[in-house]
Amino acid sequence: MEFFNAKSILETIEMIKVHHLDIRTVTLALSLRDCITDDIKKTGDKVYNKIIKYAKNLKTYAKDLENEYSIPIVNTRIAVTPMSIIGESADEYDYVYLAKVLDKAAHEVDVDFIGGFGALVEKGCTRGDRALIESIPQALSETNRICSSVNVASSKAGINMNAVLLMGKIIKQTANLTAKKDGIGAAKLVVFCNTPGDNPFMAGAFHGYSEPECALNIGVSGPGVVLAAIKSLPKDADLGVVANKIKTIAFKITTTGELIGRELANRLGIPFGVIDLSLAPTPAIGDSVAGILEAMGLERTGTHGTTAALAMLNDAVKKGGIMASSYVGGLSGAFIPVSEDAGMIEAAQCGALTFDKLEAMTCVCSVGLDMIAIPGNTPESTISAMIADEMAIGMINKKTTAVRVIPVPGKGVGDRAYYGGLLGEAPILDVHKFDSSVFVNRGGRIPAPIHSLNN
Amino acid sequence: MNDSKIIVTVSGQDKTGIVAGISAILAEYKVNIEDIRQSIMQDQFVMFLMADISNSKASYKELKQALLDKCEELGMEIWVQRKAIFDKMHTI
Repeated sequence: MEFFNAKSILETIEMIKVHHLDIRTVTLALSLRDCITDDIKKTGDKVYNKIIKYAKNLKTYAKDLENEYSIPIVNTRIAVTPMSIIGESADEYDYVYLAKVLDKAAHEVDVDFIGGFGALVEKGCTRGDRALIESIPQALSETNRICSSVNVASSKAGINMNAVLLMGKIIKQTANLTAKKDGIGAAKLVVFCNTPGDNPFMAGAFHGYSEPECALNIGVSGPGVVLAAIKSLPKDADLGVVANKIKTIAFKITTTGELIGRELANRLGIPFGVIDLSLAPTPAIGDSVAGILEAMGLERTGTHGTTAALAMLNDAVKKGGIMASSYVGGLSGAFIPVSEDAGMIEAAQCGALTFDKLEAMTCVCSVGLDMIAIPGNTPESTISAMIADEMAIGMINKKTTAVRVIPVPGKGVGDRAYYGGLLGEAPILDVHKFDSSVFVNRGGRIPAPIHSLNN
Repeated sequence: MNDSKIIVTVSGQDKTGIVAGISAILAEYKVNIEDIRQSIMQDQFVMFLMADISNSKASYKELKQALLDKCEELGMEIWVQRKAIFDKMHTI
């Protein structure tokens, strides 16, 4: 005889209905390595056919599960092998063509995004890697659903400063080619250090070289649920109690996500990959990571104490997730994208949250400088220097870091950039005016750090 | 974990015919009610019901739609979910 607990049922319904618990994404990760040929059109055909074959039921089955469990599945996505390698054997490179093929396939199977239009170049670029990177501005401006990521640094290889320099230019070009939409192309482009090959979240999702033929990775979210749990505690509850509460909630979110992920993988007839438990905010009121930090007792996110509060939040989320599933992967932690988080937007608007504080927060958050709108006249070399700083934090601390900044064409400090949907809107943050160009133009590689003498 | 179990949660203003309306639909679809509880919480009627859909004459989707339609008619809120979500979320 099975039993049910009415309190648990009400709690679950409240988490979904009131506190925005959702499955943020189900991401089909797919290897395209067997699509490589020396003819770019033939490669494109193989890529298209393979995506259709594997992903044709993804959206339908995800909708079925959403209905059966009454939990929203916000996005369906696809992550593929970094495309630099897929197009590299062609007699004539045409990465924009491959981007359009991916975009067409994404439209056909009706997924929200397809990631993997990128390259891993932390040690150096091959000819194909370079050609792909140079095609990014055009590719992102002529497609709708493509996301691009480039890994330019790792703790094992160091920082490829030639690639860092190049990416400053590419980000600027991408924003300028999508100037009518406040540079939205740059919102789909991210530069990484220590990128994981199983991340289901965009813009950084791709299917790593060491991954299997295909897998279903799932990303769950729920800042609103964590926020409500912390608010339910007395104001003087000590931080050990707060951390434990976060772990308990993270456990519940993760087990739910894994259930949906495994069921979907089963219906698609492919292996389950990982669950990524990331507190990914949305612009909806109450679905904010900044709100969590403020519920812990900070007047505004960005003030002194923010880094400590975020460190505890990020760590507690991982601990709760790890307890819930043996296959936690991807990024897992707390995201701090400015434009996607109502609390962060307010904090930036009132001056509490600055670029420099965000950089400090990235030392302990899940990823890095994310969805930050900066003045459109920011020099390329300054953007490269921002990337270099962020890569250094990841490299030295052996963590994943990333940069997704948008130099908003024609706008400056005091203006706002508007993207809509999950990407939200943001006040444009001020950046340092002093020049970094001599430093970033030196090029070469910042050597990998020493892995002992840890201080 | 049994995939054939569902939990139906109905809430809203108390009135006559709620339990009768829901159970009539379940009977029509040959869905067996295994446990049912109801109470008044904060002036709201709340009913929880566990049922087995293994002999259901229609798909999950059709059954759920029939229940949703009934509740719209009754002016009640309804959640129809596979029981596994509660088992997974609340047990170690």
